[in-house]
Amino acid sequence: MPVIRLCDVHKSFGRLDVLKGVDVDLRPGETTVVIGESGAGKSVILKHIVGLIRPDRGSVHFRGQRVDTIGEREWAKLRTRFGFLFQLGALFDSLTVGQNVAFPIVEHGTYSKGEIEKIVADKLRMVGLDGIQSKRPVELSGGQRKRVALARAIALDPEVVLYDEPTTGLDPVRADVINELILKLKRELRVTGIVVTHDLASARKVGDRIIMLHGGKFVFDGSPQALDRCRDERVRRFVEGRASQEDLRSLQNRGGS
Amino acid sequence: MSMVAGVGAKTVQAVLAFGRFWSFGGSMLMWSAADLPRYRAWRRVMPQFYEVGNRTLPVILVTGMFVGLVLAVQAYDQLLSARLEEHMGVLINLTLVKELGPVLAGVMLAGRIGGALTAELGTMNVTEQLDAYRVMGADPIRHLVVPRFLACLLLTTLLTFFCDLMGSVSGWFIAVIVKHVPNGPYWYRTAEAIEFWDVGVGLVKSFLFGGAIGTISCYKGFYCKPGAEGVGKACTESFVASFIVILIIDFFVATFAMGLYKALYGFKPLL
Ligand SMILES: Nc1ncnc2c1ncn2[C@@H]1O[C@H](COP(=O)(O)OP(=O)(O)O)[C@@H](O)[C@H]1O
Ligand SMILES: [Mg+2]
Repeated sequence: MPVIRLCDVHKSFGRLDVLKGVDVDLRPGETTVVIGESGAGKSVILKHIVGLIRPDRGSVHFRGQRVDTIGEREWAKLRTRFGFLFQLGALFDSLTVGQNVAFPIVEHGTYSKGEIEKIVADKLRMVGLDGIQSKRPVELSGGQRKRVALARAIALDPEVVLYDEPTTGLDPVRADVINELILKLKRELRVTGIVVTHDLASARKVGDRIIMLHGGKFVFDGSPQALDRCRDERVRRFVEGRASQEDLRSLQNRGGS
Repeated sequence: MSMVAGVGAKTVQAVLAFGRFWSFGGSMLMWSAADLPRYRAWRRVMPQFYEVGNRTLPVILVTGMFVGLVLAVQAYDQLLSARLEEHMGVLINLTLVKELGPVLAGVMLAGRIGGALTAELGTMNVTEQLDAYRVMGADPIRHLVVPRFLACLLLTTLLTFFCDLMGSVSGWFIAVIVKHVPNGPYWYRTAEAIEFWDVGVGLVKSFLFGGAIGTISCYKGFYCKPGAEGVGKACTESFVASFIVILIIDFFVATFAMGLYKALYGFKPLL
């Protein structure tokens, strides 16, 4: 049984049709990478999976249960089984690093103070940052923020972790640290992962399966090796990083006038 | 045809926004009531209370001071020519307690606190911090809005009291110290004319203003459009909306209170 299933999901914001029929099954223990241009709707897909956005049409299932119709209260319980790494980290500025990582534990667990401190230290050690508990998020670098955010996302040992552009904006070395973390979480905690990215090196490294979103639909679904063999023009353009003829023409027109 | 469609779409949007506002307000009130007796909730309120209060007290005192000064200066000549200068305290203090204190303090707070609240929650919204609360199974209305709303509610009342006090002192200063109205009769007339009722009406007003400011500014921040531009726009909108709502509430409470007073005690002449 798939962990997560999206069936014919449609979503529009005003006049903008972002998703036009998205179908996908995510298998347990696998890391699926979703690639696509900026603004293609990748983050919107992630937000459908955790119920932050509800589909206009179609359905979302988690372990066989339909979840796009359940209430906010049931979602609140269900969401403890998900970890979500936001694109910009979304750390709480008014709390310290330690309080940030402890937040989901305090909110849902019945742990003592000492136990919470131990879990926080464990998770921070996992991302290589133990000892900075008392710092504020504003004092951290971009890479550190992302790693703290990751520690917070896995604080409750979730079954599913969703990564929204985990390596964007990081230098290649820092980006690879995050890649290794994603692989480590899969290995050690057996999490089912969904990674949204337009970093192809990262996609190839962490992905068991790659899906490409284009024009509101999936246009490719297969292994990293299959991506290189795929002859679809839209996929090739993205993989090789070429602008389309239309993009070039509009550039020339603007330059000439 | 397209105009009809446009009007239709606008209407749908307005209805949706209306529903969203009331569901936001309802959820906020529900959590406020639920969290009122809980220690953990007050631990979230107190820092807000302290910070907002500290930041705002100076402006409130200045506002109150100048309102009192202006009232006294304006009133003196008129009352003197009618040989009613002993009644100056009545005019100054009654106006302050019932009308100007609550309304002006409310407007100042809408600008000072309301703007800050909208900007803070708006920034949290555009940096996905609100979504982060939701995915961790925590209701951001409960964690972020309720403490700010409660702080607004209590603080507006408290700060209005300070505004009244300051205005009263500065009015007395002009009347008694500068213009030499006799001190005894000044206070005697004031005490005679002002009843608990008047103080109560002022209190109720400032309490409602505080609620309106808290609700509107949090709501505007909560649902602001993306980007720094969205946050800025939400701040302006939140101030304008708070200001107008304060004036509307003021009118209705004043009308209602007057009607109720007449029904209970009959008409009261002030002179
Ligand atoms: N809550 C929202 N309200 C309105 N428009 C949105 C919302 N979320 C996303 N969008 C729009 O949907 C499109 C896809 O966004 P997103 O999923 O963030 O793209 P990306 O693939 O870069 O993650 C964008 O044009 C964005 O402006
Ligand atoms: Mg995105």
